Amino acid sequence: MIIPHLTSLVIFLPLLGAILILLMGRTQQAKWTALVVTTVTFVLSLGLYIGFDPAISTAESPQIASVFAWFPDAFDIKYFVGIDGLNLLLVLLTTLFGPIVVLSSWTYIKKHQKGYYALMLVLQTGVTGVFTAFDIFLFYVFFELTLIPMYFIIGIWGGENRIYAALKFVLFTLVGSLLMLVALLALGYLAGDAVNGGIFTTDWYKLVEYNIPVETQKWLFLLFALAFAIKVPLFPFHTWLPDAHVQAPTGGSVILAGVLLKMGTYGLVRFCLPFFPNAANEYAMMFAILAVIGIIYGALVSRAQPDLKKLIAFSSVSHLGFVVLGIFAFTPEAMQGAMIQMINHGISTGALFLIVGMLYERRHTRLMTDFGGIAKSVPVLSFFMIFTVMASAGIPGLNGFVGEFLILIGAFKSSVLDSPALVALATTGVIFASVYLLWMVHRTFWGSLENEENRTMKDLNLREILLLAPLVVLMVVLGIAPNSFLQLSEPVVQDLLQTIETKRIAAEAAPLRLAAEATPLHLAAEPAEAAPLHLAAEATPLRLTAEPAEAAPLHLAAEPAEAAPLHLATDSE
Amino acid sequence: MDPDFLVGLILLLPIAGAVFCGIGGLFVPALRSREGLIGTIATSVVFVPFLAALFLFLNFEDEAIIAHFFTWMSVGDFSVAFEYRIDQLSLLMTLVVTGVGGLIHLYSVGYMKGDTGFWRFFAYLNLFIFAMLNLVLANNLVVLFLGWEGVGLCSYLLIGFWYTDLKNSAAATKAFIMNRIGDFAFLLAMFLLYRELGSLDFDVLLTQGPLLGEGVLYLSVFLLFMGATGKSAQIPLFTWLPDAMAGPTPVSALIHAATMVTSGLYLLARLSPLVLAAEGIMAFIAIIGALTAIMAATIAITQNDIKKVLAYSTISQLGFMFMASGVGAFAVAIFHVMTHAFFKGCLFLGSGSVIRAMHDVKHQLDQDGEAEGFDPQDMRTMGGLKKYMPSTRITFLLSTLAIAGIPLFSGFFSKDEILFRAFEATTAYNYAWFAWIVGLITAFLTAVYMMRAYVLTFEGEERWPSSNRITPHESPWTMTTPLWILGILSVVGGFVGLPGVIAHGDWNRIRYFLGEATGGPVAEPHMEGHVGLGTEWALMALGSFIAISGVFLAWRWYTRHGLDFDESLSRRFGRLYRIWENKYFVDEAYDRVFVRPIIGGAEKGLAPFDQYVIDGLVNFIAFFTRGSGFVLRYIQTGVVQTYALAIVFGTVLVMALMLFG
Repeated sequence: MIIPHLTSLVIFLPLLGAILILLMGRTQQAKWTALVVTTVTFVLSLGLYIGFDPAISTAESPQIASVFAWFPDAFDIKYFVGIDGLNLLLVLLTTLFGPIVVLSSWTYIKKHQKGYYALMLVLQTGVTGVFTAFDIFLFYVFFELTLIPMYFIIGIWGGENRIYAALKFVLFTLVGSLLMLVALLALGYLAGDAVNGGIFTTDWYKLVEYNIPVETQKWLFLLFALAFAIKVPLFPFHTWLPDAHVQAPTGGSVILAGVLLKMGTYGLVRFCLPFFPNAANEYAMMFAILAVIGIIYGALVSRAQPDLKKLIAFSSVSHLGFVVLGIFAFTPEAMQGAMIQMINHGISTGALFLIVGMLYERRHTRLMTDFGGIAKSVPVLSFFMIFTVMASAGIPGLNGFVGEFLILIGAFKSSVLDSPALVALATTGVIFASVYLLWMVHRTFWGSLENEENRTMKDLNLREILLLAPLVVLMVVLGIAPNSFLQLSEPVVQDLLQTIETKRIAAEAAPLRLAAEATPLHLAAEPAEAAPLHLAAEATPLRLTAEPAEAAPLHLAAEPAEAAPLHLATDSE
Repeated sequence: MDPDFLVGLILLLPIAGAVFCGIGGLFVPALRSREGLIGTIATSVVFVPFLAALFLFLNFEDEAIIAHFFTWMSVGDFSVAFEYRIDQLSLLMTLVVTGVGGLIHLYSVGYMKGDTGFWRFFAYLNLFIFAMLNLVLANNLVVLFLGWEGVGLCSYLLIGFWYTDLKNSAAATKAFIMNRIGDFAFLLAMFLLYRELGSLDFDVLLTQGPLLGEGVLYLSVFLLFMGATGKSAQIPLFTWLPDAMAGPTPVSALIHAATMVTSGLYLLARLSPLVLAAEGIMAFIAIIGALTAIMAATIAITQNDIKKVLAYSTISQLGFMFMASGVGAFAVAIFHVMTHAFFKGCLFLGSGSVIRAMHDVKHQLDQDGEAEGFDPQDMRTMGGLKKYMPSTRITFLLSTLAIAGIPLFSGFFSKDEILFRAFEATTAYNYAWFAWIVGLITAFLTAVYMMRAYVLTFEGEERWPSSNRITPHESPWTMTTPLWILGILSVVGGFVGLPGVIAHGDWNRIRYFLGEATGGPVAEPHMEGHVGLGTEWALMALGSFIAISGVFLAWRWYTRHGLDFDESLSRRFGRLYRIWENKYFVDEAYDRVFVRPIIGGAEKGLAPFDQYVIDGLVNFIAFFTRGSGFVLRYIQTGVVQTYALAIVFGTVLVMALMLFG
């Protein structure tokens, strides 16, 4: 049985919950409401898993989709959400973290509980929306929507330096996402002219159909990729992450590491690669090098941190470097590895932050020097921590290995990167991961108990065990039986790589002279000088034919389709 | 019985035991003190697989059985399954792992009695058996790697078992990281082989692998061997093993002597057709093996900690086995793996028995307040233990004679075979001369340092304080039974591999069981030259002479002079002895060249760089933006007169430019 609009339900149920919480009088009910809402949402999202059939191609339309036109006639902007092999697991991960985060905040959040849980629910709607949107404008709206609740979560419930961290987080993301907005509008107009009868479009499927001229691709790609690279975060755009993590409350860190960062890597796979295949190919090496720098740099800097949360934050830089490397290798192995590694990183790093949060709640410190020998006083907590550390270090049999191994083995044979030496460098990440993780275990858990507060520390309670247990079970399941999950994304990844290859060849085959002369390139090349709408107006080839420049953008957009660069290309043959 | 079912049983019982002891003990504190229950379950989940493996062994019909469970990962062209291979080689290794493993479990019940971490210990030990069985039974490199890293993880957990002492934890961390360096090479080898062959299944690797181009073949075998140097403690990655003695002694016996450290040799034997095709790397393997053997043997002579002697002895013996692999005698290396599992397992367990007794002594000294600086593992405070611990003493002596290579003891057959094969290989490979000569010297040194250890521990005067009052006691039956079983195996275990000269080859069960020529999985080189019967007898005589003279000389030196003989050795060899004593300063060199620059660089270089340069740049931009706003806001005064004035100035300026510009 498939419930219609189930995807939309999963997206907006948390938002409804948030409104409900705000309307309620009693603070005490807030967390219970949040728990019920997130749990129901998770159960409903399992319906997506059951309803999704990987055998049915999503090349034409996603499954369990909802489509509503937003601006009928004038713009082809839609509310368009659905499920395919790329986003299903990310949605499930998001909904799974819903109740876990609520439970982890149960006693941790004491002030303004209503606001906190409401914002968490809004955040969940935003993230789920990001993963399920098939309209890039809608994606952008959700992408920005995640920013607001996170800003307040860090800014209100964070640590000492929370305002600085919150502001940094927002400004970093905004810089990227506003540039992305510019690129998005340009893309919408260009694609509208080329494949949508002159009507501005942000429909993902229509945009994928459009073969963007190679030179134009480069600029649009870089603008999109910058936004996502900041979100991932890719070296050297990572410095917002440690601050945000250290300052955020546990729940914020968990969501940040668990799902929010994946918006960046997901964006790269969903948009950058299929829209701009030539540019992605051309810049693949650059991104791979930054990714590998991130892997090693993140690991080494992690080793030098005295603060547990900072250590884990830098480990994210290292781990997500693997994902980016996998994305830009353009082999099914590496791409699938990247997909599953997003999930794995979410689970393991989410769990690490949860455990550090539990330690912080007990001792109000995160400095490793304040601990030592606590394996004796809190054996259950230590078990969960060491188990998770092993998953994070990539011990085969647990989840981390599967992703890393597939990424590396795929990147090694990649003909796009064609650089086994670079992959060998990336593989040293395996050594460095054990260096910083075991160092952390060594300093925090082993040794003799000398501090009185550490000796009397209470071990995990039932609530804490219950919220960690599903993650630990998933580490094992994804470690030894990842195949059923890999099979969900296998067809769509194969399709995606096929599309990229076909489009890349098609775009290269288009006569270079015409592609270079078509104005879009000019304008896209100088985005800072003109407002987006202007850009698009001038971008039409009409200016070449000496049409009056003052013509309204919409009118221009409605000009005959043969003016589009691609048609010019075919005409000239 | 269905082999698939048996393989499933062999693999799943140990992991079930690990979950029972580990998760059970963690969440049900009442279980922790039920030592009998935990011990019984943990030991039986190893013995039952031993019986299952024995059943498979007895019913084995020369045809490899593949047990396929389910697909692990299948992506694009890449596919790997949980698939296991029952053949001569994996059966032999399974029998050693579960057999010796089971005995050591039994021994541990006594050894770990009363330890608060009893449940944890057996959970790790069972998990280790599970990982090790994956390693030896895997039918592809990835599942093998699962076992490979799994045993490394258990090794980490067990070395650091007594975690309240940070020294143990540091040793564990070091072992894990050094193993990971090897694993890094192993991973690269897999990437390379997959790129070239499109599969990591043994069937593909062994049939198509040898046909690969020389460059790829050499590189992949080299990388695999580098992986092996980590796990099997060879130059350059051997320094973790002596430190690993921080773990409980049964762990040293099981993991760091009998099973895990021999994984590298298993790997080479398993991939022998591939290795054999890479002749240049074979030479490299033989030379590294030989150098490791003699280096560790010279260190072993100077050590006073009984476990350190055995640790360096293990490194040396492993070097011996790599030397065998390097001259193409993979099956003989596995033969030595087996006999070594018997005698070194027995020696370690014997040392554990001694250490336990000396702990008792320490405990009694403690009550008198005399235990200051007393180390229960230091042979200098032992001596004369034969009176108090007869079973331990006899089994220790038997295995000492076995490792020394006294004729008819198990070590004699395997060691002599290695030396013989090295000599035989000189007809084909020049480097074999080096291996053979170094092997002979090492054989002599082995006999000397092992006899020294035996004499210092069991013979002569009692050297611990107040020895007239305080006496140690023999260990309980759970500990002496495994000692006797392994001790007897150390004596007779070699008869499965009688040398050709004695029994026309047919009786060399090992070689004819494992070897390619008789349908086994282990490849053999084709030698042009042939060594005559007379030479073979002569070589055997030479080997026996070296072993006997080593044992005899050490016996005489140390029974007569005791500890003073170390002094005279030290004087005679001077600086050389100092180098041996300090383990060739390898740890110090690594520390200076790798550890400190990398860690120091991260702490003093990269972390500040991140904070001040990269983040500094970000903050600078923010500061600049805010600063310019701070300055510019003075323009927005809100006073109309000022704006009017500005307009006037502006107009004048524009007009001036228009007029005169």
